[in-house]
Formats: sequence, structure tokens, C-alpha cells
Amino acid sequence: MSKAASFEGLPMSRIRPGRILAWTLLFIGGVIMVTPLLFMLSTSLKDASQVYDLRVIPETPTLDNYIEILGDGRFTRWFVNSMIIAVIVTLSNVFFDSLVGYTLAKFRFRGRYIVFVAILSTLMIPTEMLVLPWYLMASQFGWLDSYWGIMFPGMMTAFGTFLMKQFFEGVPDDFLEAARIDGLNEFTIWWKIAMPLVTPALSALAIFTFLGNWTAFFWPLIVTTSAELYTLPVGLSSFAVEQSIQWEKIMTGASIATLPTLIIFLFLQRYIVRGVMLAGLKG
Amino acid sequence: MATIAQREAAPGGLWSRMSLGQKQVMWAWGFLAVPLIFYAVIRFWPTFQAFYLSVTDWTITRPASFVGLENYKRLLADPLFWQVFRNTFMYLILGTPISLGISFVVAYYLDRVRFMHAFIRALYFLPFLTTAAAMAWVWRWFYQPVPIGVINDFLASFGIPQQPFLRSTTQALPAVLAPAVWAGLGFQIIIFLAGLRAIPVTYYEAARIDGLSEGAILRKITLPLLKPTLVFLVVFSSIGFLRIFDQVYNINSNDPGGPLNSTKPLVLMIYQTAFSSYEMGYAAAQTVVLFMILLVISLVQLRIMRDR
Repeated sequence: MSKAASFEGLPMSRIRPGRILAWTLLFIGGVIMVTPLLFMLSTSLKDASQVYDLRVIPETPTLDNYIEILGDGRFTRWFVNSMIIAVIVTLSNVFFDSLVGYTLAKFRFRGRYIVFVAILSTLMIPTEMLVLPWYLMASQFGWLDSYWGIMFPGMMTAFGTFLMKQFFEGVPDDFLEAARIDGLNEFTIWWKIAMPLVTPALSALAIFTFLGNWTAFFWPLIVTTSAELYTLPVGLSSFAVEQSIQWEKIMTGASIATLPTLIIFLFLQRYIVRGVMLAGLKG
Repeated sequence: MATIAQREAAPGGLWSRMSLGQKQVMWAWGFLAVPLIFYAVIRFWPTFQAFYLSVTDWTITRPASFVGLENYKRLLADPLFWQVFRNTFMYLILGTPISLGISFVVAYYLDRVRFMHAFIRALYFLPFLTTAAAMAWVWRWFYQPVPIGVINDFLASFGIPQQPFLRSTTQALPAVLAPAVWAGLGFQIIIFLAGLRAIPVTYYEAARIDGLSEGAILRKITLPLLKPTLVFLVVFSSIGFLRIFDQVYNINSNDPGGPLNSTKPLVLMIYQTAFSSYEMGYAAAQTVVLFMILLVISLVQLRIMRDR
């Protein structure tokens, strides 16, 4: 888009036919990538009689599917459930992962290395192995079928802790020393001085945690039994089974589950891409 | 943290007599207190418990009692397990090279593109932000026969015969894998782009001055310097494909893992053993096997990539 301007200043000979071909192929590939999403959206805007018409632009677009599905209340409930859970888990990770990462990066004390290795070692344990003990734990404490039951396994992650530790290591000690001399306590130093210096990492962590929890399916499927507590993916799955072949309804549900993250992306593209790069390189 | 605040508040108490270094240590453990309890209770204890449960005959109705390696013996003698084992590795063996191959080629060329760079990148990245459970339904719809199925409709317009896709024991696994590869490409492309950017431009300039061809630059400079990125992505995506579940469960909800278990991965077998048959002990043994597979795969890959 505005990047087009960067062709200026390049000698015209740099724009070779090979480059134009590469660009065209990349563009076609990109369009193919979003085709499933386009079909999903387009079908959600068709009524039952138009579903068999596979044109991408609906002849007579209608919001009836959305009105019907949102009107029945279940999807709104699942949407709210997913939002509450994803937001709380994200806040918890941003708080605790960076607190632990900061402590491991910036404090010198006996046992620091052991704590670090212990937390890091949990990365090797797949969630699937912990699911049965979690299920047992949740049923013993009465956490089945509750928000807390869905949330508790993910309130802190080793990945986030490791990511934040890497970034806090780049914060100069002088800053923290200066704050100490000013008489700030350690908690305030972390929260007010160190945290603002690592906001790119914090946003990366927040994006990953939110996305991971928004799309999570396996654990919420196990821990919830009543429809009021389903998250959006679990609710959508049960809804789709019950609709069987009413594809326009299923596509509407899938759109409702997918659109929020896509819309957030449109606004925060720069931060999200940078966040993924940061997490990938340092994580 | 509350305890520290109290100590601090107590006048002339222990806290005021501590040296600065001792106070620092107290702060550190104060910060770590809640997280350490979390990791102990939510990560470490369940890990040991999973190993323990795998040697019991725990079901929903019956309390756990020790049965030794009975579950593992049963698993190794179970033809379904070997089918599932094969499927799980098929997801890995097909998924990782295909997705990394495509994403590298896209990233390699996208890196040189300036015109509409961010827009094209966004097209590839968008599927990564979707919910796998939702997308499985979109793909399931694509795979339907004509007149409703988009892919068969497309094939028919070229006179290519109808494909059974999800109804076929041979086509179903690749058909289930496709949405997983599709959704992961955006992430891999972004990581490859970051890796490519990190290679200093001076290396390329020097190579061009030396008269190296584009192909030679790719082989001698780009790929070797991209190795850390490649190691990360190979391990990361292998683990992802070995743990595939959401797509498989949703794309064939009448008979998850079907037809005839031809798409069933290990995680789905675990889920069904635990929450359809309620054989928790047996399921726990399967989770331990999954853990071992992931461990071995990660270690082997890290080793191979390091040596090269």
C-alpha cells in the first residue's frame, strides 16, 4: 500500500519480469489462503435457498442468520464466556509471567537457577498428559463446569515466563538501582519502572495468550458439561452437530467465532506481527 | 506479597534489621511464592500423578488400584493403538515438511517484495488467527460432494471426477491435515521473515560482489544462517502436528477419527478412552506414551539440527 512508494529511487532495471511473476504468484497464493474465510463469510450472509449457489458475493445478502443465531441467546452467552475467560487468563499471564520472569532475570539469590530450570522443564510436559489429573482435581474441588475450572490450568505459563525473562534481562540495572536509591520498593520498581520498558514483549505475550485461550478447544470440551458454560469453540461444535447440514447456520456460527480475532488483527496488525516475531525469535 | 507488606509495616521488626541484600532475597521469594505454589500444584503434582495413574486401573466408577504395567501391555497389544500411532506420525511426516516448504518459499519471495508487502503478508497470516474448531467445519463443508461442496464443484468444472475426501480411508487423513497446514502457514511465514531479516545485508552484498548466483547465495548464506529459525519451526510444528485434535474431532463429528479410525490421532484416542469409555488409567498410559514420543522427537530433532 504505502510501501509502493519504496519502488521510487530504485533503478527501473530492478523491476524485472521475474519479480513481477513472483509478486503475482504470491498474490494469488494469498488470495487462496483467505478463500475459506471468504466462503465462510459469504455463506453466512445467504439464506437457505442460496447456499447451493457457490458464488462468493451473495446475490441478496441477508443478516437473517446472524439475527436468528444471536437471538437465540446461546451464542451471546458463549461469546461472553470466551471473552471473560480469555481476558482473565491473559491478565493473569501478563502479571505473573512477567513478575516471575523479572525476578529470575533481575534478582540474585540462592535457588534462582533451580526455580528457573524447574519452570522451564514444564515446557516438556504436554497438556494432554496433565488433563486427566486436572480433571480429577477439578472434580474433587468442584471446579468442573465453572469458569475457574476452564481457566486454572493456564493462569501462568512457562513459555510466557521465559519470554519475559529474556526481555527483562535487557533492562539496564542502572534504571532499577536509581529507583532503589529514590526509595521505591521492589514491587513498585517492577511495576512502574521495569514493566513499561518491556511493553513490546508484554503485548506479544498478551496476544498469544488471548488467541490461545480464545481458540482453545480440548480442555474446555473436557471440563464443561452444561451448555451455559461452553466457550465459543465448544459451543460452536455442539451447535454445528445439531444443525447437521444447515451449512449457512454453521458458517454463521463459525464467523461469529472467527471475526473478533480477525477484526482485532485489522486494527493491531503491526503489533501482532511484531509480537509473533518477538515471541518466535526469543521464545 | 501480602506477608512482605506486613513485615515492612511492623516497626522495628525483623524487616528493618535486615541488610539490603537480605531484603532483596525476601522480595524475590515473595514474588515467587504464589507462582511456585501454582507450578507445584498445577504442573508438577499432575505430572507425577499422570505417571501414577498410568499404572492403575482407575475408571470413573472404580477407585484406582495398582496394576503394574498392565495398561502399557494392553496398549502395545491393541491394533487400534498401532493404527493411531501410524496416523499420528503421518500427520507429522506429511505436515511438517509440507508446511515448512510452502512457508519458506513464500517467506523467501515475500521478503523481496515491497509492493503491497504488508497486505500480502496479512493474507497469509489471517488463517493463523482463526479457531481450529470453527475452521474444521468450513473445510468439512468444502469437502462435501456436489452440489454443495466447493472443492468437488471446482473439480467438476474441469471434468475431474468426484473425490470422496472425508469418506475415504486413504484421502481422509490428508483432507484433515490440510486445514491444519493452512492455519499454521501464517505463523511460520512470519517467523521465517523475521529470520531472513536478521541476516545482515552486508553478507549478501559481499556474496554479490564475489559473483555468487542467487541459488548459491541461498544455499551458502541464507539457509545456514537461518538454521536457528528452522530448528525452532521444525520442533514447534512437529509438536503441533503430533498433538492434532481440534480439526480431527470437528471435521467428522459423527465418527471422530473415522472413517474406520483412518484419521484418528493419539490425542483423540486419549480423549475417547478417558471420556467415552471412562478408562482413565488406560488413557493415562496413552498420555505417557504421547509424552515419550514428544520428548524423543524433540531431542532427536534438536540433535540432528545441531550436528548439521
